[in-house]
Formats: sequence, structure tokens, C-alpha cells
Amino acid sequence: MPSDVERWKEEVYGVEIRDHLERFAEEGWDAIPDDEHDEWFERFKWWGLYHQRKGQESYFMMRIGTPNGVLEPGQMRVVGEIADEYARGPASNPEFGETWADFTTRQSIQLHWIKVEDVPDIFDKLDDAGLSTMQACGDSWRNIVGCPVAGKDKNEVVDALDVTLDLHDAFKGNEEHTNLPRKWKVSVTGCREGCGQGDINDLAFEPATKEIDGETVEGFNVRVGGGLARKEPRFARNVDVFVRPDRVGPVAGAISALFRDYGDRDNRFNARIKFLVDEWGPEKVRRVLQEEYVDWELETAGDDLRSEYTYNAGTHGGHADHVGVHEQNDGNYYVGLDVLVGRMGVDDVIELADVADEYGSGEIRLTQRQNAIITDVPEEDLDALLDEPLLEDYSPDPHPFMRGSIACTGTEFCSLSIVETKNRQVRYGRWLRDNVDVPDGVQDFHIHLSGCTASCAQPQIADVSLRGMKTRKDGEPVEAFDIGLGGGLGENPEFADWVAMRVPADEVPGAIANLLSTFEERREGDETFRDFCRRRDEDELAELVEPEETSYEDPFMHNTKMTWYPYAEDDDLDASPAPTRADGTPAGSD
Amino acid sequence: MTVSIRQFDDGAWIHVADSRAVGAGEVRRVTDHDFCPCTVGHVLVEAFVDVGVAGHDVRARVAGQCIDCGTDGVLDWLTFGRVDGGTFRPVSTDAVQQVG
Repeated sequence: MPSDVERWKEEVYGVEIRDHLERFAEEGWDAIPDDEHDEWFERFKWWGLYHQRKGQESYFMMRIGTPNGVLEPGQMRVVGEIADEYARGPASNPEFGETWADFTTRQSIQLHWIKVEDVPDIFDKLDDAGLSTMQACGDSWRNIVGCPVAGKDKNEVVDALDVTLDLHDAFKGNEEHTNLPRKWKVSVTGCREGCGQGDINDLAFEPATKEIDGETVEGFNVRVGGGLARKEPRFARNVDVFVRPDRVGPVAGAISALFRDYGDRDNRFNARIKFLVDEWGPEKVRRVLQEEYVDWELETAGDDLRSEYTYNAGTHGGHADHVGVHEQNDGNYYVGLDVLVGRMGVDDVIELADVADEYGSGEIRLTQRQNAIITDVPEEDLDALLDEPLLEDYSPDPHPFMRGSIACTGTEFCSLSIVETKNRQVRYGRWLRDNVDVPDGVQDFHIHLSGCTASCAQPQIADVSLRGMKTRKDGEPVEAFDIGLGGGLGENPEFADWVAMRVPADEVPGAIANLLSTFEERREGDETFRDFCRRRDEDELAELVEPEETSYEDPFMHNTKMTWYPYAEDDDLDASPAPTRADGTPAGSD
Repeated sequence: MTVSIRQFDDGAWIHVADSRAVGAGEVRRVTDHDFCPCTVGHVLVEAFVDVGVAGHDVRARVAGQCIDCGTDGVLDWLTFGRVDGGTFRPVSTDAVQQVG
């Protein structure tokens, strides 16, 4: 039987939801009928609005989808201005202040504390700037990701940016693909380093070459069915298809249609295409695609470049991220800035836009490691850019522990998360920087912290993986983490082995310190941490993790989920002012 | 009076009458279960897999993990509250509950 969500989507879904949003905005929060909250909040996701968690009723997270992470000149300033005007809530965050922008692992931007009454004004400002929240959440084509320097990369085989933007134009607001069984995450990679992270996407286009009619043709191989969520991680499977750049759109549409028609609409836990690929196998996916969805003969897969992949591959050299100063293919430079846990205060967002205007073209790009890149900087302007005060806080040459930190939203706003995440990861990063020696030769050390099994921080593909849990300490339930080791991408991607479970959150920094000390003692020559882990089985890895209390102090050990806002002076759920009216006063008050 | 009951937000909540009633992330104390070896299992609810009713009781099967022994899996039907006269009354997380 189709789920409630499918029934609601059948009634109203897609572009038309905006009309309803504008009606609710005009009439106010109370105009959303109490007995229709579930269906409207589910639909609002399609327009990038996610109702915040318990205790924060009437406030929304808004996600802006920026394809391939590209913000054209002027767009980041608009984001900053919108955040400044509309993304302010009834309490502030001790690390980040009252308002900020979050850069996500899918190269998007998230704002919080948005009121439905403000949505039409925000949409108008976004429209004027060429930005949109359409399909940023919900069951459809999500923001398309890729190598963040596509089109400017010296190591690019195929110019993936044009392909990505064509897909974005073709499938945003496309009625044929508006209502899919579940989210649909697409990656396009054109570079030799594998920066698009195609392996963890529903649909991945990866660079390849193929001999066709005696000519070497550059294009993409196709993989289907990757994803990390729900303790059911999968790498995308090779479906033995090569596609020329001008055929990517039709092939992507055909696979999206296959998912639309054959995906499981009865059980949302089984709806992602990774489960269909499990059931069918890649051969049947290809056969059904050929027989039912395309009217030309599909090419078999070409020669891929996976053996050259260095992105998050645990190797020496290459491209573990896009932080630092790098030459572009036109002789200009891009400067990748480390944005710790992806969160940037609003004044810094606007300053970033100013700096990009002054030294580059004004374009800014976002990476899948929650960082920002200023592009198109002439060589003669590099020194002046590197002297800018903004770059002291968002460094192009950060400490390895700060550089490698990723964190999801956590209990601050998210219903699914079990633990506090971003502020904790900031504290972890600082403590590690100040107390732990970096092993020789380590430039970056990836620690991905996710609040739950949804895996928004991509924990399974990190050197050290942290997944929110609870445990008992001194008789009391406290926030904790499962710890995994040795995950990463590259030619042969591997998920982390979960080797230490339910480690109290205040003992995690000590566990990492001990782990790195042992690594330094026992590594063979200059082997990387990933290789060091690969040489050990799960039991041996487990012995390397020795949690202990240290000088690190954790203010979030209590049950942050049961607060209305973890950092409020009175954080009790009963102290929440929500729901509130448009002006922020509690609804129902005089 | 008919009251809607459903799992919502990818299993993060049981919603009763379109309102958040019970959230994932809490620890439930359970007895008479075959979830794990513990006499009293302390199961962290990671997600609600199925939601149903038995009379006025609101029940759910949950994906979770015992925070004492580490066993993870899906816990059999457990009562999370009761609807009386249209009002939802949750079972306290301090309660020790029988499973099934």
C-alpha cells in the first residue's frame, strides 16, 4: 500500500507547492491547518524548507541548491543579506552568534530560523539573484554535485561544469521527474582525481574514454545505486554504460525515469535506488534501461580513470581536498579556504563576497568538504588576498585537524540526530590542534562527525568516523559516539570499520590522541593512516582505540535532544517560545 | 473521534494528530524481550520503523541499539503512549516496559 507521503505527493507536489506556501505566508503560521501539518511540512521540503525540530515549531531550515557549488558573482552577498535579515532565531549559538550560513556536504547552503511569513520575500530575492531552493530537499533531483573547480581545473578530462548545469536546467522543475520515490542524488565528475565523490551517489557520471569507430572519445562511465544512510551504505555499481557528454541528459533522464517507475513507493526505508540495484543487479538495471528507456544502442563502459583518483583516497599527494592555493587552467589561481564544520557567521559571509569581488571574479564555490573557494585570482593579487584578515579565520593553510573536520547539523536543529555535533566538533578540533602531535607527513586528517545513521557528514568515508550514539557513564545516559576507522574513496573505496562502540563524547578526543600516538609508533615507514588501517583486521583496529578522559571538557554530555535549543540559558523544552508569530513573539500570547 | 497516527521525518518521530508525539533518540527500558541478552535492555531508539495501534495504545517497532551490551536490530512492538479522548499520553522513559 502506498505510504501517506505518496498519497500527499499524489494530491499536491512540485512547483505548485509554492502557491500554497505564499498563501500560508500571507495568512500566517496559524493558517496551516493543525490536522494538515504533516502533509504540508512534507511537501514544503520540495521547495527546500524543512520544519525544525521539537521546541522550534514554526521555524524552518531553508536549503539553497547551488549546482556544483558554484555561486556566481554577487550571489554569496545575497545569501549573506538574506541570512542577516531573516535567519535569526530567539537564541544565539555560543560559537557562531545569532546568524550564519552553513555550507553542506552537497555543496549547498542552509539557513535556519526561517519564518514561513518571510518565505515569499526570500524567494523573490533569491529569484532576482538567480538562486533557488527548488528541489533542495524532498523526493526529486537534489543539488547536483561535482568537482568544485570543474571548468577551471588543470586536471580535468571532460568539462563537467557545462554538463552539470545542463542537467540542473533540464531536471529542476521538470514535471516528468518532479515526484520520485525518494531523494535522487546525482554527481558529475570530469577531473582525474575523483573529486565528485560519485561512488556515494544514486547516479554518478565519471570520466572515461572509449574507442568508437576508430576514434578516442571522451565522456563518462555510469554508476548507479550509491548512498550512505541507515547503516546500509553502498558504493555505486558499474552498469557498464559509456555516454558522450552530449548524451548525459537523455541517459540521466532515462535512469531517473526507471527509478520513478520501479522504485519502491510502499516502503520509504526501501525506496532508494541502491535497494533496487541490490535486488536487480547492475546487469538487469542496464537491460531494463536499454529495453524500456532509451531508443538507441547504449555503449558499453569505456576506460575509466579510477586508478588516478586521489580525492579522499588516503594517499600521499594528490587532492585530498581543495584547500590551499592552486593554479587554474587559465593561469589564474583558486584559493580554497577552510570553513570549520562548514559554518560561517553572516558578517564573514558578506566579507567573503567582498574579498572574492576584490581579488577574483567574484565567483565563490563550495566543496563537498564544507569549504569555500575563491576563484579566478590573478597571480599578482595572491599575496594581497592571502594577507586579508578574513583568511586568518578561514585559512588556506589550516592545521590538519581543523582542515579535516566535517560535521552535520545535529540536535541543534535536526529531528533525527541523537547528539550535538557542530559545536562539539569545533571543540574537538581545537583540542586536537592544541594537544596532539600531527604524525609526520600528514597534511590533512579526516574526522567526519555525524549525529545519526542518516550520515549527512559522510562518516563512513573518513580516517576517523564518528556516529552519534548514547551510552551510560557513572550510571547516567550520556551522549556518545561509535568510532570507525579507515574509510575513504579512491580507486578502491572502503567504508570505515566500526571498531569502538558507544564511546562517551568526552573520551573521544583522548581516543583519537591515543590512536594517533600508536599510529606514529607502529606505522611502517611513511605509510598513510588508511594503509595502516588496511593492514589490520577489525579486532586489531579495535585494540588501537583507547578512550580516556583528558583535559577536554564537553558541555553537551546531557541529553541535548530534550532541550528546545541546546545553548539557551534555560534550555528546557517548556521554556521554548515556539511556535511564534512572524515578529517572533510566542503564538497565543497577547 | 479519529486521530491520525504515523511515522514521520524518515522515522524520526511518531506523529499523533499531526503533532510530534514521540521522538527517536531516547532510551527505552524493556523486559521480556529477545532483543539482547540483558534482563532489562536499555534500547536507544534510532528510528521508528513501523507505527500501529492496539486499542487505544500507540505502538511502534523501532530500529535501535542496547546502550549496555551493544546489540542492535529491530525491537518488537512496544507501546509508546495511549490516546485518551483525543489526547496523547506518552509512556514515561523511566518506565520498564514489556515487549510484544
